[in-house]
Amino acid sequence: MRKGVMRPGHVQIRVLDLDEALKHYKDLLGLIETDRDEQGRVYLKAWTEVDKFSVVLREAEEPGMDVMAFKVVDEAALLQLEQDLVAYGLQVEKIPAGELKDCGRRIRFSTPSGHDFELFADKLYTGKWGVTEVNPEAWPRGLQGMKAVRFDHCLLYGPELAATYDIFVNVLGFHLAEQVLDPEGTRIAQFLTVSMKEHDIAFIHHDEPGKFHHASFFLETWEDVLRAADLITMTDTSIDIGPTRHGLTHGKTIYFFDPSGNRNEVFCGGDYTYPDHKPVTWQAEQLGKAIFYHDRQLNERFLTVLT
Amino acid sequence: MAGVQVFNRTTGDRFSCEEGQSVLKAMEHSGLRCVPVGCRGGGCGFCKVTVLNGEFQCGKMSKVHVSPECRKRGEVLACRVYPLTDLTIECRPQGAADSTTEQQQK
Ligand code: FES
Ligand SMILES: [Fe+2]
Repeated sequence: MRKGVMRPGHVQIRVLDLDEALKHYKDLLGLIETDRDEQGRVYLKAWTEVDKFSVVLREAEEPGMDVMAFKVVDEAALLQLEQDLVAYGLQVEKIPAGELKDCGRRIRFSTPSGHDFELFADKLYTGKWGVTEVNPEAWPRGLQGMKAVRFDHCLLYGPELAATYDIFVNVLGFHLAEQVLDPEGTRIAQFLTVSMKEHDIAFIHHDEPGKFHHASFFLETWEDVLRAADLITMTDTSIDIGPTRHGLTHGKTIYFFDPSGNRNEVFCGGDYTYPDHKPVTWQAEQLGKAIFYHDRQLNERFLTVLT
Repeated sequence: MAGVQVFNRTTGDRFSCEEGQSVLKAMEHSGLRCVPVGCRGGGCGFCKVTVLNGEFQCGKMSKVHVSPECRKRGEVLACRVYPLTDLTIECRPQGAADSTTEQQQK
């Protein structure tokens, strides 16, 4: 049941070198820089996004994900969710408005998988980049590289998937769109959503907590994914795998790495879900096909290379 | 400097490395797979090797995988190692890519 969580809001990613990272996220992915703050963090967005930023880059000595934030419908929902998280027994940290520029107050909590999440209700509405609000053209000129359409989801690796599921589904109102079950029926992968997308956030079981597998950006067509692959070669960017198709979600995809070793994905297509849909289930015995539908073979790097 | 030689003592492989090229990239260019290839960005720790001798420079590496002590012992990430002279390296057995890192975090 929906609890007022609306969509992914932003992800804050740690990078080893900010200038190299900016080249990657702006020139290759095609994100647009919208601001910087006194802490040195850089704010970016994809062109179709209406709020001021969806990606925050922070220079640090180890790469990975600081936090992923979800936008909720309004302040009333935020207050209710805050109470519900506390009642559930989680520690909730309040972060004042303006700690991230032009973002309202946020509440932050950790899941047993070892990841930090935030909820917020307000962020400066700047509108889609490069197109007018009234009678908009199809797309703006002047986009760079892959011309990412939006920040779409993250995949995180960590332990305690069941306890993490409980928070996302029963407290935050996500529903399970897809899952991978092992022969004993234990869920080793969970794709959770608050929308019609197959995942707004996904988790795969891993012993070490708090690991970041990838941040994913949406592209419109398979042709765009192929063009992204060309750009990865032209820029000598570290590629992981693809272009290919996933069994899970059936999205068409390519994976690559930012200059600090954080994995990115750009993808198109994929199935849809409604809250009355039963979860799509893949068996762990078919994990190869579930992840790489064409190769039907697991690639060790995809399962173990994390930041 | 027109290319130096890198010798992997663990596997017996030998390859040449151009100026400005990382050890991992040089290995991939010569079609070898004797060091595990991960992110190629100093982030995942997959490509960790020990440099037994030779001079080199390092790019930025995640401190989770390479602490200053590691660095002193020559335990570094091949994707961020730029040789200045011929190098002899040693790598962990394939499949054990994470063990050193985990020990280190404790
Ligand atoms: S391949 Fe990831 S640190 Fe070198
Ligand atoms: Fe993904």
